[in-house]
Amino acid sequence: MGAHATARDIRQQIVDGATSAEATCEAALAAIREGDATIGAFLHVDAAGALDAARAIDARSDKASLPLAGVPVAVKDNICTAGVRTTAGSRMLDTFVPPYDATVVTRLRAAGAVIVGKTNCDEFAMGSSTENSAYFPTKNPWDVTRTPGGSSGGSAAAVAAGFSPIALGSDTGGSVRQPAAFCGVVGLKPTYGRVSRYGLIAFGSSLDQVGTFGQTVHDAALLYDVIAGPDAFDSTASSHPVSPTVAQLDRPLGPVRLGVPRAMLAEGVEADVRAAFDAALEAWRSAGAELVDIDLPHAPHAIPVYYLVAPAEASSNLARYDGVRYGFRAAVGPRDSLEAMYERTRDAGFGAEVKRRILIGTYVLSAGYYDAFYLKAQQVRTLIRDDYTRAFEGVDAIVMPTTPSAAFRLGERVDHPLQMYLNDVFTVSANLAGVPAVSVPCGLTAERLPVGVQVVGPAFAEGRILQIAHALESRMPTMTR
Amino acid sequence: MPYEAVIGLEIHAQLLTTTKIFCGCETAFGAPPNTHVCPVCLGFPGALPMLNQRAVEYAIRAALALGCTVHPTSVFARTNYFYPDLPKGYQISQYDRPLATGGQLTWQDGEREVHVGITRIHMEEDAGKSLHEGFGDSSMSSYIDLNRAGVPLIEIVSEPDLRSAADAGQFFARLRAILVALGINDGNMEEGSLRCDANVSVRPWGTTTFGTKTEIKNVNSFRYLEKAIDYEIHRHCDLVMRGERIVQETRLFDSASGHTFSMRSKEDAHDYRYFPEPDLPPLTITAAWVADVARTLPELPDARRARFISEYALPPYDAAWLTQSMAMASYFEAVARATKNPKASSNWVMGELARLMKERGHEIEQVPVSADALAGLIGLIDAGRISGSIAKGVLEKMYADGRSAEVIVDQDGLARIDDEGAVLVAVQGVLAVNADAAADYRAGKTKSFGFLVGQVMKASGGKANPALVNAVLKRELGG
Repeated sequence: MGAHATARDIRQQIVDGATSAEATCEAALAAIREGDATIGAFLHVDAAGALDAARAIDARSDKASLPLAGVPVAVKDNICTAGVRTTAGSRMLDTFVPPYDATVVTRLRAAGAVIVGKTNCDEFAMGSSTENSAYFPTKNPWDVTRTPGGSSGGSAAAVAAGFSPIALGSDTGGSVRQPAAFCGVVGLKPTYGRVSRYGLIAFGSSLDQVGTFGQTVHDAALLYDVIAGPDAFDSTASSHPVSPTVAQLDRPLGPVRLGVPRAMLAEGVEADVRAAFDAALEAWRSAGAELVDIDLPHAPHAIPVYYLVAPAEASSNLARYDGVRYGFRAAVGPRDSLEAMYERTRDAGFGAEVKRRILIGTYVLSAGYYDAFYLKAQQVRTLIRDDYTRAFEGVDAIVMPTTPSAAFRLGERVDHPLQMYLNDVFTVSANLAGVPAVSVPCGLTAERLPVGVQVVGPAFAEGRILQIAHALESRMPTMTR
Repeated sequence: MPYEAVIGLEIHAQLLTTTKIFCGCETAFGAPPNTHVCPVCLGFPGALPMLNQRAVEYAIRAALALGCTVHPTSVFARTNYFYPDLPKGYQISQYDRPLATGGQLTWQDGEREVHVGITRIHMEEDAGKSLHEGFGDSSMSSYIDLNRAGVPLIEIVSEPDLRSAADAGQFFARLRAILVALGINDGNMEEGSLRCDANVSVRPWGTTTFGTKTEIKNVNSFRYLEKAIDYEIHRHCDLVMRGERIVQETRLFDSASGHTFSMRSKEDAHDYRYFPEPDLPPLTITAAWVADVARTLPELPDARRARFISEYALPPYDAAWLTQSMAMASYFEAVARATKNPKASSNWVMGELARLMKERGHEIEQVPVSADALAGLIGLIDAGRISGSIAKGVLEKMYADGRSAEVIVDQDGLARIDDEGAVLVAVQGVLAVNADAAADYRAGKTKSFGFLVGQVMKASGGKANPALVNAVLKRELGG
């Protein structure tokens, strides 16, 4: 479906000797130089590091054993890269250069991937448009007056624009799937605990998961297979055995039941999105899937629950940015108090949305409010998780639109945080329940903006949901800008 | 109206693991500042904690030794507050679901049995150290050493069962001995590896409700703990008797003045915003694990004290003294086993050896005389080769130059004189210059005999066999 070379093809050409990793890297860097001034997908491009890595791949005789030999990859800037500035889109970490690689980055390097740069995102991954980046907003390659979505907007845009065939993002409430839908690419959020969070700058620790972008389901799966699995540096990483998903994609789909949560779709979904979703359902039906109406009774509570749990965890996770050890520190005089240093540093270092969430989170964890807000939210979260468990007793996966609308205009929702939050209505539940979900393109609106459909599966069913997404992908016409 | 004090203690004990609780950094004390640190204990972005299983094992040991129930599931929680020596802006601790609850520590004080409940034991990480003094620019700057950040601690909370400063001191001392005997804490209060906070309140005798309490933070010696609590009890009683209100607050003890002073009141108390730590799954401890740990528990001080009384027939005082530290008890036991003379062994350890240690400021671990060497000395006394008073000098030489008792006695000619001829020469010499005393004795003043024995012993340099001196002297005086 993609308009640019896929990771699978690039790797094959490098392994076959048809091209070199260095030439591939040069081409990617050239595409970024040419096109990123308009798109703004990257916060930093590591040309020297990428070329060194590419040449090192070219020098190897065991390229065939490397699943991502010489493949350029873009990495969201909230994932630590040793020696390469990692800001999480925040002034607070403007000068921060991690002395270590995130586990996913270590695995990328071991797989032969070439990291071309760090992509723009909403500050600390808090947002749905990449407009909360402290640096600049990223633009949607399909229509540069629109947002690419967020928070992993830079990664989604980099793949859509052909800057790199694949990219890493992170998904706390939809931050991989929503930008994937807006940018017409595939975005996978794995099961909570399936991919190590070590080196992923924490936002909502019980929700955060590193996810993958590709132009095709195959590419997203290929990248996922490289990063998934247990990790000795993350106690929440599952020891559940991993099986490669790529091999599963082309196998016969077999009997499959897909659940459709009709009640959730009743209102608030744009007509064009609804039409594209219905077309996707038809495509699946023609692939032999059985469609079943299901009920997720607690789904309407997902947004309020998410916007209590995530800020609560964030308020604590972001306490370390205090100006003491690293990152930004506001100017203070010798007579200023410690509190003044904290206040000025955090006031100047954090943007408005981050401050809003720290305040909400601090409030809901406070003595006297904890039971009414945080504890209650966790209880409802359990009910939401139970909804999914019950649903998966009857269906293999649940399908729904990834977002209620296609990409909105830059600036349109910046001053309307609640409206912005409501964009996450279909995505947050998967994070609350800890289950995997993939967004795959399923058509265009009348304005030629991409629409995504989401396939949500039970825990550790990445292979199955990717297979279901692949069955749809292979029945959809190629979408070009 | 008479008042009674109600006291509960909270003790923080650093666990003797070689690495920190959530990362692989060393815990050793005294390294150059900020050298035992890594992204995890520095709270770098994206770093995550991994629980040290040895720390859990040590916490289980403490829980079992104090008779607590170890819970199959306990939960780590975040204690949120801002301070420069707290790298993450929160401390990982345990809050509403601690590792263990419901134990006790009991001891005998004369006729009275003192029983103190243990409310809970939980695990947590230590913070770093803020250095506010001792630098050229200390008036303007503070320095931070994060070597200690992430060192594993257990917090042991007692029930408010203590009624006097003396009992509180006893409780702390006994708890310390247990933790040291378990091999999980070094008992070093100066280096801060054992710290104590005390909650103190007073109430009229016979009532059961609690008065308003104050908390005295970070008292680092037994003596200061008792002084601080006593001061606080008197302060509370004075306030209550004057009809004034006690303010619930945290206070610090100033050892120079012997007073406590207010650090912060309840109104400025932190709201710690506790919530379950999402980066760590609940801690699961199987019954099999607890059973394994139980099998490795060493003999605890109380059990050892009782055994010293029954096995070695030691007086309770000796048994209590010797079991104050594990190392001391083991040293004594090695001496007693070698000499087969427990009472003499305890006398020498508690007497001369302890005196020499005190003079030199040594702990038992630093004593240059091995248990075998001391047993050798006691063996020489028991075999009659040297007298007890000579032996004291021999021990001093052993302590000073490391030679064995045997060698010292031979080389320095300190063996007992059993040769009757030699003793006779000494007796005759003494009688020749002490004719008056000899005459007194013959006249019936038997007291003079002791004086004459002393003179003979002195003349022999203390080496003459006293029984032989007695016999020869008697014979000479009678003759």
